[in-house]
Amino acid sequence: MDASIHIDNLSKSYGTIQALKNINLDIHSGELFGLIGPDGAGKTTLFRLLATLLLPSEGVAKLCGIDSVAEYKKIRSFLGYMPGKFSLYQDLSVIENLEFFATVFNTRIEDNMDMIHDIWVQIEPFKNRLAGKLSGGMKQKLALCCALIHQPKILLLDEPTTGVDSVSRSEFWQMLKGLKKKGITIVVATPYMDEANLCERVALIQDGEILQVNSPAEIVEQFEKDLYSVKSDDNYQTLLDLREFEHTNSVFLFGQNLHFTDTRKQFAEDELKQYLKNKGRSNIVIEKIQASIEDCFMALSTKPEANE
Amino acid sequence: MNRFIGFLKKEFYHIFRDKRSMLILFGMPIVQILLFGYVINTDLKDVQMAVLDHSKDEYSAEIINKITSSGYFKLTENLESLEEADAVFRKGNVKVILVIEPDLGKNLIKNTAGNIQILTDASDPNTANLEVNYLQGILQNYNLEINRGKQTPLSIQAKSRMYFNANLESVFMFIPGIMATILMLVSAMMTSISIAREKELGTMEILLVSPLNPLQIILGKVAPYLVLSFINALVIIGMGYFIFGVPVLGSFALLMAESVLFIFLALSIGIFISTVSKNQQVAMMLSMFALMLPTIILSGFIFPIRNMPIPLQVFSNIIPPKWFIIILKNIMLKGVGIEYIWKETLILIAMTFGFIGLSLKKFKTRLE
Amino acid sequence: MNEKEKVIRVKNMYKKFGDFTANNDLSFEVSKGEIFGFLGANGAGKTTAIKILCGLSFPTSGEIKVAGFDVYTERESVKRNIGYMSQKFSLYEDLTVFENIRFYGGIYGLSKAEINSKADELLDKLDLQHARNKMISALPLGWKQKLAFSVAIFHNPEIVFLDEPTGGVDPVTRRQFWDLIYDASRAGITVFVTTHYMDEAEYCDRVSIMVDGKIEALDTPEKLKKQFNVDDMDQVFLSLARHATNIE
Repeated sequence: MDASIHIDNLSKSYGTIQALKNINLDIHSGELFGLIGPDGAGKTTLFRLLATLLLPSEGVAKLCGIDSVAEYKKIRSFLGYMPGKFSLYQDLSVIENLEFFATVFNTRIEDNMDMIHDIWVQIEPFKNRLAGKLSGGMKQKLALCCALIHQPKILLLDEPTTGVDSVSRSEFWQMLKGLKKKGITIVVATPYMDEANLCERVALIQDGEILQVNSPAEIVEQFEKDLYSVKSDDNYQTLLDLREFEHTNSVFLFGQNLHFTDTRKQFAEDELKQYLKNKGRSNIVIEKIQASIEDCFMALSTKPEANE
Repeated sequence: MNRFIGFLKKEFYHIFRDKRSMLILFGMPIVQILLFGYVINTDLKDVQMAVLDHSKDEYSAEIINKITSSGYFKLTENLESLEEADAVFRKGNVKVILVIEPDLGKNLIKNTAGNIQILTDASDPNTANLEVNYLQGILQNYNLEINRGKQTPLSIQAKSRMYFNANLESVFMFIPGIMATILMLVSAMMTSISIAREKELGTMEILLVSPLNPLQIILGKVAPYLVLSFINALVIIGMGYFIFGVPVLGSFALLMAESVLFIFLALSIGIFISTVSKNQQVAMMLSMFALMLPTIILSGFIFPIRNMPIPLQVFSNIIPPKWFIIILKNIMLKGVGIEYIWKETLILIAMTFGFIGLSLKKFKTRLE
Repeated sequence: MNEKEKVIRVKNMYKKFGDFTANNDLSFEVSKGEIFGFLGANGAGKTTAIKILCGLSFPTSGEIKVAGFDVYTERESVKRNIGYMSQKFSLYEDLTVFENIRFYGGIYGLSKAEINSKADELLDKLDLQHARNKMISALPLGWKQKLAFSVAIFHNPEIVFLDEPTGGVDPVTRRQFWDLIYDASRAGITVFVTTHYMDEAEYCDRVSIMVDGKIEALDTPEKLKKQFNVDDMDQVFLSLARHATNIE
């Protein structure tokens, strides 16, 4: 079964604003693919184009080899789509919502239980509760069930974990891994960089452009510079100090540390240490570390035009 | 078909679970009818009446006696000439003047007909109309009384003339008016809000992405309100008939058929509104200003169209309820058949098709 | 830290809705200039607590002082001494940048001259002079959030409450935002912040984690990580929140 997505030179403009610029992307059948980028990057626009809800200004998108414009009706029968906003009927109960979406796709809940079973068992205890009265995590699970009830070949999830606490987030990703085993192609958009590692491949997207497409491991590997973690008694002051350091290429806060790259190939750890000492810092610890997706994203997004 | 039934089920859940819409659906017609019914129908009591009796015979005395003893009217002044009428009305206390022709008794016996003129202060048109109706009723009774056992019926004919607002229409206007208002409200406003709500909540996105086609979505949205509006129409006619005695003189089937036609028209307007509004608020405002106000003000429901400035009279032609009210009045109050109202019916049919066409064209299978 | 002035004092705070206890015996203090992270799963009671601290709702019981004022009796003074910014509502989209600033300045009774000079200062600092007369709706999200924060502290409040201020913002802008937070903190403004980004929890001086209406942990990120014997705040959070019973 081919459930791939092929995007060729796709652009979308709203008036003078270009929301997507020449997107080229191939998502393989059965892949768990991440679309990682901040709000306003164009993730939702791309999803709506794929979901046949918008018409591209230019370019072509094919789902399972079917054109998203000419044959949009065909696509709608095998596509599962979960919009960014919680989009279920709040005044219907859990079970009524699910039943409704089952009938919309001309099917029955029982016939598709194998598909949703793992998720359904978690919300079944609340099946008579109105959807509007569920907690954030539960709502997401119900929305996922509803998107899966017709056994879609391709599942588009637009920011399913935004605004959801990290416990529910990690549960949600567990469920996606389970779904992947069933052979569904899953595309997830998320603004959380750390979720990239849970995908097989990701596209980093910002300002309507794809910065990079690769597996998380390879993206990290391609980080050009040596990355150092710097820590001292006063991180914020250290940050300010490092910004003034003449060889600083980039320096960002990262948790309790600072991530630092040097403009030079040959980085002299002692020199930096001395510089910070002179600035009055103490307990300085400098370590070479492996870059994270977030490091890569920031490096990519600040590299070409340092306009902000 | 299964899909469609599932959709309908969902729509009914929405309606029955939303207390607000239930209240609008079933509370509103009842409250409006009672409100209008009683505001207009407040029983007359001791309305001050002046009499200009040119006849001064036993018949005229008896008639005046009958009227004053009814409790509705109180004789406060006897006038000498018609010239005084205007002044008396302008003073404001006297609301009705009874003008009895000279030699009423003689005319009755000789010509079997006597004439009485009723002059009313129609600055409060509804009351004025009511007064005329009451007086006519009393005179009608009197006619029956004096004709008992007689072969050639004698009759007193009352002619009424309204001062200050000559072209007053029937008091039973309020039932057709309310019917038009309620059907417009329920059908157009509720459908447009219910579609706009799906857009606002983002569920429309999911419906569009599903294999449901636009026609199914529209029909699914419309069907529940068609049923509910029809029930409302029955309730309104029933209440008018049983509580206020508003008759249905013409064919009931025709009346219902015309109502269904108007409901269809209102529903298609509702869908059209929803296609141009992004959220419930916009849909609500549009329905309010584009539908409710014209329905109440420009349809002839409350203000007679003939008394409006010419531009508004012209404008009133595009207000669907205007035609519906004319149809209702004709069927209910005049008892005429389709041969008298085919023109209005055609106008409604044309409008319905117009709006259905427009909304099908406007309804998008995508988000843009 | 003890010698520092405490700008928020909460002692045995309870908030009940019927038989549901949203805030169950909360007690904590926040020092002047501190960056205080207020974490918890959805539905743990964070929003309820913030509403009480901002003087928007009364607690059921407990002693609560914000900026030295009692939240029961001196709500107006509390409100005058705090700033508030949330992800959902912060600036009027259909007003320009300067109109928004002028509006908020006006609310807090700043004079026209004050507003003008402070607005200039603010726009210079954010490098937004060029956008002075642009509609808020035309700005990128990151700029909006930075501007919203600056507006929230425009009247020099004692404390600023930030409710998920960086949701959805790109990582570079997110850090620029934290620059502003640090800067405000250095100027003596206490920052009370909620976030779903666990790396941001590490930027805080101290962090409290709420579970089912109770504060289950409160300390510096460093000590919390040691206490739970884990590498990052995410795991601290997960190990606490996993035991929550109140997840519906």
